[in-house]
Amino acid sequence: MKWLWPVLIGCSILGAGVLLTGVVENRYVYFATYVILQYIVLATAWNILGGYTGYVNFGTPAFFALGAYTATFLMLAYKAPFLVLLLAGGLISGLLGLGLGYLTLRLKGVFFSIATLALTVVLQTLIINWEFVGGAKGLSIIRPATILFFSSYSKFLFVVMLCLAIGAVAIARWIEHSWIGRGLAAIRDNEEAAECMGVPTLKLKILATTLSGCLMGMAGVPFPWHVTLIEPGSAFNLDYAVNSLAMPMIGGTTTWVGPLVGAVLLGVAQQVATVTISSELNLLIVGVVLVAFVILAPEGLVGLVRRLVKREHA
Amino acid sequence: MFSFDLLVNAVVAGILLGGFYAAVSLGISVTFGLLDVANIAHPVFIIAGAYAVYAVNTAYALDPILAGLLFTPLFYGLGVVIYRIYYVSFERAGEQSLRGLVFFFGLLFIAEVSLILAYGVDYRLIEAPYIGRSVSIGPIGISLRLGVPCVVGLLLTLALYLFLAKTFYGKAIMGVSQDSLALRLMGANPIQIKTIAFGLGMATASLAGALLIVIVPIEPSMGREYIGRVFAITVLGGMGSIGGTLAAALILGVAESLTSTFSGPSWALAVSFGILLVALAVRPAGLFGR
Repeated sequence: MKWLWPVLIGCSILGAGVLLTGVVENRYVYFATYVILQYIVLATAWNILGGYTGYVNFGTPAFFALGAYTATFLMLAYKAPFLVLLLAGGLISGLLGLGLGYLTLRLKGVFFSIATLALTVVLQTLIINWEFVGGAKGLSIIRPATILFFSSYSKFLFVVMLCLAIGAVAIARWIEHSWIGRGLAAIRDNEEAAECMGVPTLKLKILATTLSGCLMGMAGVPFPWHVTLIEPGSAFNLDYAVNSLAMPMIGGTTTWVGPLVGAVLLGVAQQVATVTISSELNLLIVGVVLVAFVILAPEGLVGLVRRLVKREHA
Repeated sequence: MFSFDLLVNAVVAGILLGGFYAAVSLGISVTFGLLDVANIAHPVFIIAGAYAVYAVNTAYALDPILAGLLFTPLFYGLGVVIYRIYYVSFERAGEQSLRGLVFFFGLLFIAEVSLILAYGVDYRLIEAPYIGRSVSIGPIGISLRLGVPCVVGLLLTLALYLFLAKTFYGKAIMGVSQDSLALRLMGANPIQIKTIAFGLGMATASLAGALLIVIVPIEPSMGREYIGRVFAITVLGGMGSIGGTLAAALILGVAESLTSTFSGPSWALAVSFGILLVALAVRPAGLFGR
């Protein structure tokens, strides 16, 4: 029954979230927690590929925006219900991830990372030239007046993102504790040796890229409704690439706890800095903290804590 | 819509653009192509160079290209410092590729946000006697705004080529890229040589920045567009071959110019990144690679 406790904890967090929507009315609370939850999804998704297999993906904005634009297109063209949008966004971004997985056959290390950056710009150019979804100017999105039993749409989006965050963390945890996680770690340490030992490296890499892309895409689906605007500049924002990479790096990339801790810490810090100082300065903080961590504490906070605990025992 | 004059003019403009792209890519050719240091922050340092030139030009009305030359020692020093940090933190531990890449990504972000904090996101432009003038040869019009950067870019390429081929330090840099152990056995310090090479690569950024601000008005996040261009050119040019870099820059310049003439400027960027993706997927050794 080792899955019982995690399931109970996940359900109770979700329950607490739903309960919160009945108690707190302040809209900013939902706006801010939504952003932090979104970063939990993005950081966890990034870590499934970047942390477990060691393939550094700079293309988070591509997957995120693909999810957002898939949702926008389906909403404009077919007025599809929200659940369909969510699944479709995940599916399309997952397919892009699948393509990226095959690319790992030819591209390793730095070249793979540069290719993901290139992918982002190519996709952004396509969207800029696609007038139906707003082109370069973008479109303003009108939130539906009523939604299920929630008293406001922000509350609904908050609960959606909470579900996604819990789901993403659960998937990451499951991967880590299964043979898949061990296979991915083998790829990270030495891909050729892993292949020689019979680890199905290509299958595992494709699984990781697809799952990672799918989760990032799903995180992007509610985005147009969250900011009530969809526009290439903000959907393809480089901030997503930096944050989704900085958060696991700061938390620690080898476990599912790392991206969670990193996203919560950095996400809260950014929200506080945005309100009290300025939104540009908070990005500067992210950059500086990222560089400091990658130089001084490559194993992240989780690694630091582990080292401290070991020292106490020794 | 299609006319012969238009085609010829687009090709000429593309070649001029290519000369400029060569200047932009030289730094990456040296640091990434020869030293294997994936400095993805390089394009942002080019933008920083352009802002430095902008500051001097607006304050003292100094010629932008001269100003760019004056800043090269400063950028050389910056390159030395960055390489030292990189070497001590990553290369020595043998963990250069991925964590080093994240390090440069962080630098890119810090530099860009600092520029936004200092100058805001408005477009900045400068004054120089040759901006806005053009000469025409028959049906071909050459705007000096593109022509001057092209000539300077070609001179820079030639200078770097001669430096690498003829001087002691240049030969040492080529040596360190091929076999740093052998270099050590010959009595030279590979780390010192790499530091010099990285500094040189970074020094080209200030001159390239000067050329950039002559061609177009600048804003801080422009560097991202150039990441694709410079890496496309470097990979296509065969990683560290200066002649290959020039050829690839000309190809990319012409391809982009034709695209923006015949399908609109908003598609031009997709060309460079598309070429990069195809080059990476089909032939990572580049057109002129070994």
